[in-house]
Amino acid sequence: MLEINNLHVKLEEEDKIILRGVNLKIGAGEVHAIMGPNGSGKSTLSYVLSGRDGYEVTEGSAKLEGAELLEMEPEARAAAGLFLAFQYPVEIPGVGNMTFLRTAVNAQRKARGEAEISAGDFLKLVREKAKALQIDAEMLKRPVNVGFSGGEKKRNEILQMAMLEPKMCILDETDSGLDVDAMKLVAEGVNALRGAGRSFLVITHYQRLLDHIKPDFVHIMAAGRIIKTGGPELALEVENNGYADLLAEGV
Amino acid sequence: MAVLQSKQDALQARIAALSFAPQGWLGAARSDALARLTAMGLPGKRDEYWRYTDPTGLNAVEAASVNLFDPGDEPAPFSGVDRLKIVFVDGVFDASQSDALALEGVKIERLSDAAEADIHWASGLYGVLETRGQSPVQRPFAALNSAFAGDGLLIRVTQTPSKPISLIYQHKAMTSDVILHHCIKVESGAEVTILENGAAAARLNHVMEIEVADGARFHHIRAQGRAHTRQAVTHLFARIGRNAAFKSFTLTANGRLTRNDAVLELLGADSVAHVAGAALGDGDFHHDDTVFITHAAERCESRQVFKKVLKNGAIGVFQGKILVKQGAQKTDGYQISQALMLDGDSQFLAKPELEIYADDVKCSHGSTSGAIDETALFYLRSRGVPLRQAQSLLVLAFLAEAISEIEDDVISEDIRQRLQSWLARHEH
Repeated sequence: MLEINNLHVKLEEEDKIILRGVNLKIGAGEVHAIMGPNGSGKSTLSYVLSGRDGYEVTEGSAKLEGAELLEMEPEARAAAGLFLAFQYPVEIPGVGNMTFLRTAVNAQRKARGEAEISAGDFLKLVREKAKALQIDAEMLKRPVNVGFSGGEKKRNEILQMAMLEPKMCILDETDSGLDVDAMKLVAEGVNALRGAGRSFLVITHYQRLLDHIKPDFVHIMAAGRIIKTGGPELALEVENNGYADLLAEGV
Repeated sequence: MAVLQSKQDALQARIAALSFAPQGWLGAARSDALARLTAMGLPGKRDEYWRYTDPTGLNAVEAASVNLFDPGDEPAPFSGVDRLKIVFVDGVFDASQSDALALEGVKIERLSDAAEADIHWASGLYGVLETRGQSPVQRPFAALNSAFAGDGLLIRVTQTPSKPISLIYQHKAMTSDVILHHCIKVESGAEVTILENGAAAARLNHVMEIEVADGARFHHIRAQGRAHTRQAVTHLFARIGRNAAFKSFTLTANGRLTRNDAVLELLGADSVAHVAGAALGDGDFHHDDTVFITHAAERCESRQVFKKVLKNGAIGVFQGKILVKQGAQKTDGYQISQALMLDGDSQFLAKPELEIYADDVKCSHGSTSGAIDETALFYLRSRGVPLRQAQSLLVLAFLAEAISEIEDDVISEDIRQRLQSWLARHEH
């Protein structure tokens, strides 16, 4: 599904190297988790994959089902099936959540040469998916993320994911700022989308999210590289011992 | 203070070719206006309220020639609205294109037809509200308008009519120099919507005096012409009674020079005065909203909501004032002026003013200028929305607060469509 090879990235504005040769291969239907200390490059990886400005790829490639992501505009990556659930979902005053969702769904359909979804079908679909995430009609009407609590914002991200049905989902610290109940709700939303060949890359600081979203593989990232890969037990090891031992090993 | 000789000469030159018709009640009003104008002279760059907008083009003896604008296949504004259509061609009423001036609950007369009467209800409005609006800020072009208006309508609304009254200003002569003056009286308990659209002329001077009686409601939605090189100076003067509402929205897309003044007086308790505008400029565009709202009664609410989208050196100006008089307690005044700069070449000049003589009031004002929010843009694109569409969506979102001042859904959708098409035409 996703194949990252020897990815090197620096900040565009300054000579600061963030990623120093990331290699990662995610198969169809697999769930991978990336953990790592602050500043290790986890969020940068998610931004670079989704096409945010401000980064320069100096070497390497990232392919989604064989197509080079790094040469595409952000909207083309989305249409190709990539989705990033933001760590800090963006507030957009003046744009209704419903309008936003419908615009996005139809833009992707159009990019793929499919017909637009009818207003009636869309409404039915969004209500059904919103209900599962406990997102009420009021939240759908309000401007995108404006006045939403931290938990509401994250649920709204998962709703977008459910509506857009991407192939490759990246969750950037989706658990940050969530209480236990909200985290469960979000995890249930994610788990409902698992299967059907859909792959996930879950970026997190803490093992607790991985109690709810069970990964097939866990990677430890440090100083812009993946230094260790293992199964779910690796996350537990981090939880118990911290990163220090792993970092020492990785050097 | 005596007006400088040079200013006096400029004024004489400016009005030399204008025809002056001193007959009937209107003649007296015109003579008074001419006296006011002569005492003021034409505005200059040194005048406080003309610092950001150069009046040279408006002061010039002749209107600069303007290429006629072809709107292509875009439908005319308000096409989908059931309305009474009244057409002016280069500032002259055109009966052949207009509907019959008959609408239940409303009396509509042409200024020239009403002028010769000895007494007329409009004698209590024509030039009267304009005169009130000359202090503390002088508005010479409004006085010039009252003195020399070539045409206009006197509209008296006694009962709420079944549909809006739509004034359509066609521009057909490249050098047309037009002065239009309307008076509208909305009687107690009545409600009316006035629509205006069209470029009108190469140079337009427009005045509308509006009396909103106790318990009456007045709605005004205007789409100024899209001709790039036209010039316009407009004034709305309103006197608002008790428990009444005045709401005006203006869409301005293009125009080398537009100066829109609104002078509103809240004279009765529990009333509202809202004035809003969305202005879009690309390149040679200068748009100035100058608003003066006076709260002279208790528990009134006023809103000024002005949004401008500027690119390629376009200039936006906002001068907005809220004056709360002594005794106007529980006033709720709100003022916001914002510019969205689509590039680094444009300019936004804002001068918000509050002057408050009551001690139990709520007044807020804000003014900002900024670029499109890059984070929001990326967020939209990451969901698959193409760059241009994402930009348009964010521009419309920026304008939303102004558009939401329009109460009628069909009309606000019409305005939204026009904004959208403008954005599509002016993509990078």
